[in-house]
Amino acid sequence: MKKSVFALLSSVLVLGTALAGCGGNEQAGQQNNGNSGSQEQPAAPAEPKGPQVLKLNLHSEPPTADPGLAEDTTSGAIIRATFDNLMRLKDGKPEPSVAVDYKVSDDLKTYTFTLRQDVKWSNGDPVTAHDFEYAWKRVLDPATAANYAYQLYYIKNGEKFNKGEAGITRDDVGVKALDDYTLQVELENPTPYFLELLTFYTYSPVNKKVVEANPEWANEAATHVGNGPFKMETWEHKSKLVLVKNENYWDKDAVKLDRIEFSMIEDLSTELSMFENGELDWAGEPLGDLPLDALPALKDQGRLTTHPIAGTYWYKFNTEQKPFDNVKIRKAFAYAIDRKAIVENVSQGGEIPAMGAVPPSMALNPDGYFKDNDVETAKKLLEEGMKESGLTELPPITLSYNTHDGHKKIAEAIQDQWKKALGVEVTLKNTEWKVYIEDLHEGNFQVGRMGWLGDFNDPVNFLELFKDKYGGTNDTRWEHPKYKELLTQSASETDPEKRKELLAQAEQILMDEMPVAPIYFYTMNWVKADKVQGVQVDGLGFVDYKWAYISE
Amino acid sequence: MIRYLGKRIFYMIIALFLIITATFWLMQAVPGGPFTSEKQVPPEIEAALNAHYGLDKPLFEQYVDYLIRVITWDLGPSFKEKASTVNQIIERGFPVSLHLGLQSLAIAIFGGITLGVIAALRHNKWQDYTAMVIAVLGLSVPNFILASFYQYIFSIKLGWFPIAQWEGFEYTVLPSFALAALPLAFIARLTRSNMIEVMSQDYIKTAKAKGLSTFTTTVKHAIRNALLPVITYLGPLSANILTGSFVVERIFGVPGLGREFVMSISNRDYTVIMGTTVFYAILLVVLVLLVDLAYTIVDPRIKLADGGKE
Repeated sequence: MKKSVFALLSSVLVLGTALAGCGGNEQAGQQNNGNSGSQEQPAAPAEPKGPQVLKLNLHSEPPTADPGLAEDTTSGAIIRATFDNLMRLKDGKPEPSVAVDYKVSDDLKTYTFTLRQDVKWSNGDPVTAHDFEYAWKRVLDPATAANYAYQLYYIKNGEKFNKGEAGITRDDVGVKALDDYTLQVELENPTPYFLELLTFYTYSPVNKKVVEANPEWANEAATHVGNGPFKMETWEHKSKLVLVKNENYWDKDAVKLDRIEFSMIEDLSTELSMFENGELDWAGEPLGDLPLDALPALKDQGRLTTHPIAGTYWYKFNTEQKPFDNVKIRKAFAYAIDRKAIVENVSQGGEIPAMGAVPPSMALNPDGYFKDNDVETAKKLLEEGMKESGLTELPPITLSYNTHDGHKKIAEAIQDQWKKALGVEVTLKNTEWKVYIEDLHEGNFQVGRMGWLGDFNDPVNFLELFKDKYGGTNDTRWEHPKYKELLTQSASETDPEKRKELLAQAEQILMDEMPVAPIYFYTMNWVKADKVQGVQVDGLGFVDYKWAYISE
Repeated sequence: MIRYLGKRIFYMIIALFLIITATFWLMQAVPGGPFTSEKQVPPEIEAALNAHYGLDKPLFEQYVDYLIRVITWDLGPSFKEKASTVNQIIERGFPVSLHLGLQSLAIAIFGGITLGVIAALRHNKWQDYTAMVIAVLGLSVPNFILASFYQYIFSIKLGWFPIAQWEGFEYTVLPSFALAALPLAFIARLTRSNMIEVMSQDYIKTAKAKGLSTFTTTVKHAIRNALLPVITYLGPLSANILTGSFVVERIFGVPGLGREFVMSISNRDYTVIMGTTVFYAILLVVLVLLVDLAYTIVDPRIKLADGGKE
């Protein structure tokens, strides 16, 4: 036995030295310098081009750099850096950017934007109102096949045009360039969050001339044209993407960074190692992610930044199947979950226990709608609920989740909590992501985990999900006439206070009926080099590098 | 010989056809599609998307279309990466995987045969045990552990190589060794057992009796015969290694083709699934043919004209 251990050890050493011998002298010196750790000695000597360079990891190849086709955070980050919208979020508030001023009609349904006259595309063309009109209509055009076209459904006739309704043409869509620098937008409903929506990448302009001349314009750095603070210098697909300051940008004095270099490393541990080695200035969200195991240590060292975002992690009940067709049983299961324990011991990313559907940044009722870990009430409700549905014992219950380590740990914890609190045996089932969502959409589940991240900062984002029984995101098969009515009313309500009141009533109904059991509100976690300043991550988790700079 | 080749190529085309057919129908049978997401797409939009990508046609028609696309080598657009076509994905990824794969193959073949021969010549001595422990480790330690181990020792602790990315030769060293570990171990074991068998044959004794040196006996007479099984293994191995590895590419951030095989399936990126599979299949059948041809060079006793060896 001893002998074999020795043999093993020695062979590891032999292997090690053998490998060390090969190619060691081929190594260029650059990376060696960064060895002493990033904290004390940032990677300045490794970059001769001057200090205003940010080194980031994109995690994966951005699927597209075309604002009309983008539908993910990676593409979103690149587009936000290379495009500028009518409005841009600064410190969480939409501020005029390409627009210099805007007027809103009394019914809140017509917006007239006056555009800056000094805004140019990165190729030197002027940015006009026609570019916006063209860009938005292009997204809504069914021929473009843009998945995120629904982001523009707030615009009058947008949805009808996109869905190919008879009699609705391109010209009926409520966006019109009155002249080169005036854009008029008509909406379907008064939309109090419209200015914020305008900051979203689907609302970015595109250069009409460029897009029409070359449909593949957004696929390579050489042909990519934007109007944002940065422009694309190189895009080596799947490997590297470099943005440089756009000298044609109207607000270029505010842009301090000269370069942003993105690597594309998918492996989370590799990303963190590169950060520790000084090869990256940032590791973790919003673009990448941190390995789950690394979170506690980073938190203990006080290096971790935790940033709450507008997203809810919840368990959906199938309200058409026994036993969860009964409200009291649904509530019993929801109340019996110990969210605090999950957040502190299982997910460990500083998440916030959720006792409501709408995240804190847009909360209608910050106190929550029920008590966390309320075992007593849960037991009582379960008993009553079983009596109501005429059950003497619960049918076998399966808790489903998509295959992922984090979801598995949470499901196991909840399985255990339900067993202890209610004495219920639950079996766990995991399936691959796409199979899983298909099962959920088809009602082929009993309890299933899901998460939702807001697209814009308004409660309706979360409440709307459960408006229609067979709506795209409901899955629970739950429907409530009063709930529907409240949401419909809120859409045409022009008084913000009254609107908030209507939405709060709706959330109350949702939590009384409990088709979903909220677990926690999402957070983002990252570590960054101390020298990196001014990177803006907003309440939705969108990142903007316009104001970022390096201070040594 | 010509007749033999013609026959083999004909069989290759049949094999490819069967692979394409099986992949196509299996892929369609998997639940979920490229547009499945948390937010269900409204039916009108889904119809528009399907029409855009030609998924609205009957399956059989799609299948025939696909066969034509393979023949013209126009593999279509990617669903997920809107900025790329499948041809571009393969054109970009394959050279990288090829580069990495060739380096790994060189390490694996050279290292494996050397280790195997040493082990056989020093049968049951410490050299044999050492070589075989290395082989067992190579076979049993998973790729991702080995890769992280290399990163930790050679990049973070010693600082000899960069941790990840793909920018120059120094970036290729660690992934090459990580990728080579398993085939190296396999080749070493294969060579060793064959060498031991060959070394006990009469003709080796004859060679020794003639007074030939150990070196000449080994290199000229023994290795040649011992290598036949290794060559058999090299065909599929090369196809496998040259098309990249998901794990190694992921850990070292190598922009190769390996990850497409895995990612395309979880994305239900139909055209990429088909494209990478077809590409891999072509490479595989060609390399298997080359291996059969290589037999004749290593062992002139083998004749291919009469149908050859499979």
